[in-house]
Parts: sequence; C-alpha cells; structure tokens
Amino acid sequence: MSARVQEAAFDFQAEMTAFQSAVTRSGAVVSFTGVVRDDTGSLDYMFIEHYPGMTQAALRNFADQATEKFGLEKALVIHRHGRLQPGEAIMMVATAARHRKDAFAGADYLMDYLKSRAPFWKKEVSKGSATWVASKDQDEAALAAWSLESAAKES
Amino acid sequence: MKLNILYFAWVRERVGQSQEAYETSAATVADLIFELVARDAGYAAAFVDLSAICVAVDQELSDFTTSLVDCREVAFFPPMTGG
Repeated sequence: MSARVQEAAFDFQAEMTAFQSAVTRSGAVVSFTGVVRDDTGSLDYMFIEHYPGMTQAALRNFADQATEKFGLEKALVIHRHGRLQPGEAIMMVATAARHRKDAFAGADYLMDYLKSRAPFWKKEVSKGSATWVASKDQDEAALAAWSLESAAKES
Repeated sequence: MKLNILYFAWVRERVGQSQEAYETSAATVADLIFELVARDAGYAAAFVDLSAICVAVDQELSDFTTSLVDCREVAFFPPMTGG
C-alpha cells in the first residue's frame, strides 16, 4: 500500500496507469480525485497546512486499514499541501479489489478518514482575506457510520 | 521534563508561533493546557473553546486526559480538514 504527501502536482493518468499495471488479481479499480472548488468565483487560492511528522504515517495507516477491511489488492493515497489554485487536484485515492463493491467501499472509507483524521488544514484566501475551512459534522457522522457498521457485523 | 509543543492552523496563528521547547511538570494534556492558557492572551485565545481543539501526543491522536509521562512532542490543532 502506498501513501504520499507532496507539494508538487501529481499526474493522475500516470498514477493510474502505474497502479493498474501493478494489479494482478483484481477485477475492479476505483479512483477518486479531490479538486479545489471555487463556489463564489472569488477564491484566489487555497493553502493546505499539514503536520509533516504525522501525515505520512496517518495516510499509510488508513490505507492499511482499508486494505484489511475490504480485502483490497492495492490502495494508493496521494495528498498535496501548500498553495493550490482553483481547479487543481488536491488529492487522490485509488483502490483495487476483486469486485466493485469492495473497491468503491474501500475508496469511500479512505476518503472519510482523510476528511477528518488526517492532519491537514485548509485555508481559503479570497480577495486578500483568509479563512480556515471549518470541519463538518457530516464528516464525523460518516466516520461514526463505519464504526457502527463494524459493530453490527461483529455482534 | 522538556516538551516540544507544535501548533497548527488557527491555533498556531493565535499562539503566534509554530513550535516551542517548553519545560513543564504537567501530568496530562489538560494540565498542560491549563499552564499554557495562564501564560498570555494569545494562548488564552487559542484555547478559549476546547471543543474546537484536537491534540496529538507523540504524533498519535489523543485526548485531554492523555498522560504526558515519557512524552516528547505534543501538537495542538483545530479539527482536521483534509481530503
């Protein structure tokens, strides 16, 4: 499983070509890309701060958890930091599994963990004024749902 | 003991620095916050709403009751907004 934290842009096509060529047992490959959104048309740029010592290990840990939980053959997480313009890719995940349900669920699970358990903080700069993006209750609810699902399976 | 304390995002901005070496005998994260808040208005502003503060002890997500025994690094930050 691989996890990378980087400032530079990544080449989505090249990443997916490499990912898929390393897959041998899977019939399903799923990817998700997060892109800097400009809802108001006034966003100058987004700045992503992170906790360098902890980020890489956290991403790796989530990729390992998703792999085990959904029996993935392979998982990839790439997350950028620093200054990003509207329309730029922030991050991507890719998963490979025998069947599509596990590949989709693995990617969804990874995204839910990245949203609220990976040490990144987004700041939006619009017309010279900066605002830290607030976390969302729905992101916590999404994480809680995975725990409930696990508990239901065990009981 | 000497701790390395790190601050991120708006916690960093309110405290006014990204990290510091800090000598303390605080037994838990809560004790440490109590000491920091007493230092100056910047720290007090950073920790004014503890429901908005997350903590990692030696780079593991923790909570305010976590012990600081043998700990080397504590980080304070707002809820994470990755993805």
